[in-house]
Amino acid sequence: MAIITPRHMPRRTFLRGTLGGAALSVGLPFLDVFLNTSGTALAATGGPLPQRFGTWFFGCGMNPARWNPAETGADWALTPELQPIAAVRSRMNVLSGFSVLLNGEANQVHRTGVFGSLCGGAPKTADSVEGPTLDVLISDQIGTRTRFRSLEMAATGSARDTVSLRDVSSVNAAEPSALALYNRIFGAGFTDPNAADFTPDSGTLLRKSVLSVVAEDRQRLERQLGSSDRARLDQYFTALRQLEQQLALQLQKPPPLAACRVPESAPEALPADTEIGNVRRNHELMAQTLALALACDQTRVFNMVFSDRASSLRMPGSADTHHTLTHEEPRDSELGYQPGATYFVLQSMEAWASFVATLDAIPEGDGTLLDNCLVMAHSETSEANTHSVVGLPFMLAGTAGGRMKTGLHLNGTGESASRVGLTVQQLMGLNVGQWGTDQNQTDRAITELFS
Amino acid sequence: MTAIKTCCTTLLLSCLVALSGCDSGSVEVIGGPVAMRKISAEQYRNIIADTFGSRIEVSGRFEPANRRDGLNAIGTSHVAVTPSGFEQYEALARSIAAQVVASEHREALMPCQPVAQSAGDDACTGEFITHYGQQLLRRPLTESEVQLRVANATLAAADSGNFYTGIELALSSLLVAPDFLFRIEEAVPAPTPEQPDRQRIADYTLASRLSFFLWNRGPDEQLLAAAARGELATDEGIQREVDRMLASEHLAGGARAFFYDLFMFDQFDDVSKDAARYPLFTRRLADDAMEQTLRFVVNHLIAGSGDYRQLFTSRELPMTRSLGPLYGIPVRSADGWETSRFPDNQPRAGLLSHGSFAMLHAHPGRSSPTLRGVFMREALLCQTIPEAPADVDFTLFSEDGNAQYKTARERLQVHSNEPSCNKCHVLTDPIGLGLEVFDGIGSYRAGENGAAIDSSGDFDGKRFSDPVELGRAFAENELVAACLVENLYRYAVGRPELNRERRLLRQLEKQFAAANFTLPALMRDIALSSGFRTASPARESSQNQQAATSNAAASADQFAKAKETI
Repeated sequence: MAIITPRHMPRRTFLRGTLGGAALSVGLPFLDVFLNTSGTALAATGGPLPQRFGTWFFGCGMNPARWNPAETGADWALTPELQPIAAVRSRMNVLSGFSVLLNGEANQVHRTGVFGSLCGGAPKTADSVEGPTLDVLISDQIGTRTRFRSLEMAATGSARDTVSLRDVSSVNAAEPSALALYNRIFGAGFTDPNAADFTPDSGTLLRKSVLSVVAEDRQRLERQLGSSDRARLDQYFTALRQLEQQLALQLQKPPPLAACRVPESAPEALPADTEIGNVRRNHELMAQTLALALACDQTRVFNMVFSDRASSLRMPGSADTHHTLTHEEPRDSELGYQPGATYFVLQSMEAWASFVATLDAIPEGDGTLLDNCLVMAHSETSEANTHSVVGLPFMLAGTAGGRMKTGLHLNGTGESASRVGLTVQQLMGLNVGQWGTDQNQTDRAITELFS
Repeated sequence: MTAIKTCCTTLLLSCLVALSGCDSGSVEVIGGPVAMRKISAEQYRNIIADTFGSRIEVSGRFEPANRRDGLNAIGTSHVAVTPSGFEQYEALARSIAAQVVASEHREALMPCQPVAQSAGDDACTGEFITHYGQQLLRRPLTESEVQLRVANATLAAADSGNFYTGIELALSSLLVAPDFLFRIEEAVPAPTPEQPDRQRIADYTLASRLSFFLWNRGPDEQLLAAAARGELATDEGIQREVDRMLASEHLAGGARAFFYDLFMFDQFDDVSKDAARYPLFTRRLADDAMEQTLRFVVNHLIAGSGDYRQLFTSRELPMTRSLGPLYGIPVRSADGWETSRFPDNQPRAGLLSHGSFAMLHAHPGRSSPTLRGVFMREALLCQTIPEAPADVDFTLFSEDGNAQYKTARERLQVHSNEPSCNKCHVLTDPIGLGLEVFDGIGSYRAGENGAAIDSSGDFDGKRFSDPVELGRAFAENELVAACLVENLYRYAVGRPELNRERRLLRQLEKQFAAANFTLPALMRDIALSSGFRTASPARESSQNQQAATSNAAASADQFAKAKETI
């Protein structure tokens, strides 16, 4: 192959007008020009506080009779399985009675409930999901101007434990440890928004140029592919663009964020497995790291998996897991429920309460970080013993920047969980009036929650 | 038979090695549409090592594989790159590029020297890109691909005053390119009067198909040269290359990658066991148990040219000191592997008695006859176990609340008494219970909770009394070899076979038997088969639906599903 000489160089180059001829140690005015021409607006200084959306998943649900509050509205009594959230109940809403309607499809165990809730419709076959999940929909809207479009975490220590996907071929893997999460956020590429000086890294511009080289070749590839593969190539370029945007952000001085505190040291490396104590500790460190990442506006969307679908949580020394207990443990005739399985329900609620409290502990603006979040806790079943997707447990914490009332319990009386998903999208400012498919389609947000 | 004769006169040597290869031309089918297959983490590492040497470290994470129809290899034809996955690829690319141009490596790795280190040198940059681009992208680069990179490198070198900055960027851009991270297959029209839609796999695509299938790595220079000369499009040309590849030391790595995939060993990442119940279990034990099985399989099938069916009966196995206690075997070597045998006082034989299977297909705190049965049925026999129904009344298991069943057999008895359970559990439990003497990590035990374990049962009409006899029944079951053929073919082409390819699979099964069930012969027959070398036009979703569904339930969600079975 011929060696290419400079005069054959295409004129549509990527460093065009930026790197060409200029020294790399460029000053800020120049960078401003660069950023404006690339279409990435500077984040407004002193503007409104960032709004974030997150999901918090726990596996294997709850016991409806012990979890669902009896009264609706603001004046509801804590139930046995909601006891752990006592300290933060005023900071969230509890939603009972919202279901994934099966629409004639089989209830696929440990899938239908979660993907039905997150995607607005029951999955039709065992290996299909009609994505994207809610978090991806929302991140498409609010997640493109932060360093990370979203952050996925699994306290169970497995990258596979995730409920976030654009479609079945594009599943967002989880960070399996607090340390990995910390390194990703606060390691290389992190800029302290409150630092006095800002020196853009010349390497960032070079990295951006590499991505432009690749993007130049897109059309040739597209011509080669069939439709389903073209869709996957599109996803590749979506991912590439996301990184380009990340890099563009790194070239500008971030606006100062009063709430941002950079952690002084990395979290300790913990044993990562499904033993409940390890999961709780891993979860706690992840929550703390995530809260700092949110306060420093590194991402506006996150997904925390406390326990996996078909929960693998287990007690030390036990032959069982939370999941096997839900199916095999006898119902205690005096108590009327499965005590071993229920232990993990209470653990999940304790962990959820601590997660909410962690976000609530960081002052931001006139309130706390939690005020500028909307976090949806959810599960894949109500009663796990029969894989029920009727009356799934949902909790919505935070106020979404004051848009959501809190402290309420509402009962969906068997209506589609899509109402929760639609509500969440509207609270996050998405311009959407109708969501979901078939029986799970709705145009009725839960307006009782709107401030 | 005529075909065999003709062939054998011209290719006598090959015929002695693999008699069956010679009549592979007798079943002509058109393969499925070409695919866009993501390279695996292992393939990525292999390509980097082959291109730049093993001193260049590949340190970073890869996204988890996506299992479809029982194989990650099929998932590679479906999986995309997510934003976080791309972030990781970009970080890896930068780290590799920085190492390649680092002063300690650059001398050995640069194909040319720049005129000056402080400025760009288009000729040398172009040579670098052309040279490494071909290895990484597994085909010659187009002129525009080279141009774009030279231009960018030149600007970067001028601005930084460093030639190698430009080289570094050029290399990074190759390592994040979609045609590096994916194998974007191409086919070209090759119509016949009867089959106007027929395509043949394009030369460089075929080179990659061969090398990833047989070696689990990119094509070497010789294979690319054969592709460039158009030789892979001829029977003689491709046979010569395939035979050369079968004789290579890389064949072992190719076989190993297939069994790693088939045995779902990527799931070892997530295996954890209860420390109190299994004090012997450590990360090291799990790693060694997985390695033990892979070594056993590859030694037997490749180094020993052994009969696949004997994997289920052999009493030999590679051993390390850390594995000794699991099997109750004293191990002499302090580190490294030695050849050992199952102890005579334990009813162990073959793969099914390996610790790796016992620990992978079990719960953290106990064994699981059902999980083991599902694995044997789906991965080894290519049968489908339907999903558990959602609304089963599990209180059946112990409604009275106090009955303590001592053994798994007693607990699972409930399944066979309940019609909605029995339909599936009758397939999984009897063979799974045959392995109950191996606990949740594979240690031998004669009893559970003070009661003796009964390992006897019936496998599709054949009685067995213990794991040794169960292994023998597997070796004698026709489905076992047929299932390997099916899985290996799917692995090779990255998709389930189409209905029209069933005929080819039947033929491959016959050839496999004729070659005494030796794996290299089967790999050869698949690589030379019409289905592997031809394609039908662009993949549309309707054609995906046509794919045979025998293994369909072993899907992307297999992992979650596996956990559901108890």
